[in-house]
Amino acid sequence: MTPGTELLASDFANARKRLLQMHFESGVGHIGGNLSALDAMLVVFREYLREQDNFILSKGHSAGALYIALWSAGLLQEDDLKLFHKDNTLLAGHPPASGISQIRFATGSLGHGMSLSAGTALGFKLKRADARVVCLTSDGEWQEGSTWEALVFACHHRLSNLTVLVDHNNLQGLGSTNEVASMSPLWDRLRGFDVDIQVIDGHSPDAIRSALARASEGRVRLIMLRTVKGHGVSFMESRMEWHYLPLKEEQYRAAIEEISSR
Amino acid sequence: MRQQLCDALVARCLRPEMLFLTGDLGFMALEPLQRAMDARFINAGVAEQNMISVAAALASQGFEVWAYSIAPFCYARPFEQIRNDITFHNLPVKLIGNGGGYAYGVMGPTHHAIEDYGVLLCLPNMSVYVPVFDEDIASVVERVGASERTAYLRLGRGEHPKNYTVPAYAPWRQLTSGGGPVVVAVGPLAGSYIEICQGLPEERRPKLWAVAELPIEQNPLPEALLSQIAHTSALCVAEEHVARGGFGSELALHLVEHNIQVRRFRHLYARAHRFDRYGSQTFLRQCSKLDADSMRDAIVED
Repeated sequence: MTPGTELLASDFANARKRLLQMHFESGVGHIGGNLSALDAMLVVFREYLREQDNFILSKGHSAGALYIALWSAGLLQEDDLKLFHKDNTLLAGHPPASGISQIRFATGSLGHGMSLSAGTALGFKLKRADARVVCLTSDGEWQEGSTWEALVFACHHRLSNLTVLVDHNNLQGLGSTNEVASMSPLWDRLRGFDVDIQVIDGHSPDAIRSALARASEGRVRLIMLRTVKGHGVSFMESRMEWHYLPLKEEQYRAAIEEISSR
Repeated sequence: MRQQLCDALVARCLRPEMLFLTGDLGFMALEPLQRAMDARFINAGVAEQNMISVAAALASQGFEVWAYSIAPFCYARPFEQIRNDITFHNLPVKLIGNGGGYAYGVMGPTHHAIEDYGVLLCLPNMSVYVPVFDEDIASVVERVGASERTAYLRLGRGEHPKNYTVPAYAPWRQLTSGGGPVVVAVGPLAGSYIEICQGLPEERRPKLWAVAELPIEQNPLPEALLSQIAHTSALCVAEEHVARGGFGSELALHLVEHNIQVRRFRHLYARAHRFDRYGSQTFLRQCSKLDADSMRDAIVED
């Protein structure tokens, strides 16, 4: 991976459409959380990560957005995407354990990615390597105790080469994050930690770029992405059922038309 | 065995790629290792799930990673992290569980580890080491360190009679000979049976074997043992582990699959996680009929 030029609005739209096409053709859901995370992943893969850096998707159920970001960066091909979620594919419903070099760990059970990222960042630090780690978590995932264990560890070791993106879309499996665990907004709960916290619009490429560029002054960097589940497709936005549902054909056509007309 | 473990790891830690993680345990035992390793000795705190995932990530970068805790905190609390993050990626992390079996005795069942290797051997690419004697530790650390598989080292309490000369380490060792049945014991339990076996008359004295590495597919039975099993009147397997998932069932299946007939099969195992009363490891072995007298009674019946 080599950081490239700034993405255009059309790059984001094309990626969103390709993600919907891939999910529609495979009859697969989890679309809402993929659309909330996609913009940040595109900026990270196309503009930020270098060859030696690592990205770890802790919210493994957004594997579709990860595959699309890799495709957008030229690291997966059309033929790969056509096999998404099908037999004999590398592109499983959650990131695979091997076969795609940019995917370091099989994730999908929530609460693992932060620790894997902290360990990776610590390894880089011990090797004195000029390498960074970016981890993307969900907001509901912060109900997992292991995520807090990882945060404590990362802060203690002052892993300034670790950036944690939180896809704060406010919705989880059976309700809003606030209804389920009363932790929203998460950034208020995190302010007591020795971390560099930024709260930004998670669908603004400029805001994401700016947040990634800011020095964290020797601390772990937490970027809270205020996002919308189902972002970019009006009938999906902020609706919990799109955590699960696949697209029917008329819904798919309407979604593509809406994205194309913007 | 902790003292010997510390000595062996201090000797090994000259390797710059070696890292040691502890879940905030090792007081009065691991301090020399901490001094020797400095920043490469990492106290991950009371956070075992995180420690195991961190260990996986470090191993994926080529570090030789050892992760230490009291046995149940090492394998039971972070089981999913071992499964997903270590074994799904074939990472050679070395897990050390101190106090296997009932070793923590009166501390209570939260500290016992009597389903550890059965659970872990369900995972891919996993090897288990259960050293028998304190004197085994240096060799076992060397073998675990060189292994490319995920390893779980179950530390216990080495036991053998006074003035007993411990045979050089091997994954299988015959500790006593005689005309009696074949007894196979896992780990330190074997050492606790030596004296009582030696005290039996030659014609009734069991052929006592100690096994220190599992599973069988990684540590095949020696020909001498196979021959003895084929010709014995009885085979007794003893382990400080529950029956389900234990070595007894693994060995029985292996013998059946290889068409080796056993006239009488006895299995001594950890009977319960929790008894009505608490007590030492010796007491709990008695409750489970794993103590040396119970073993003798079991084979005399045969």
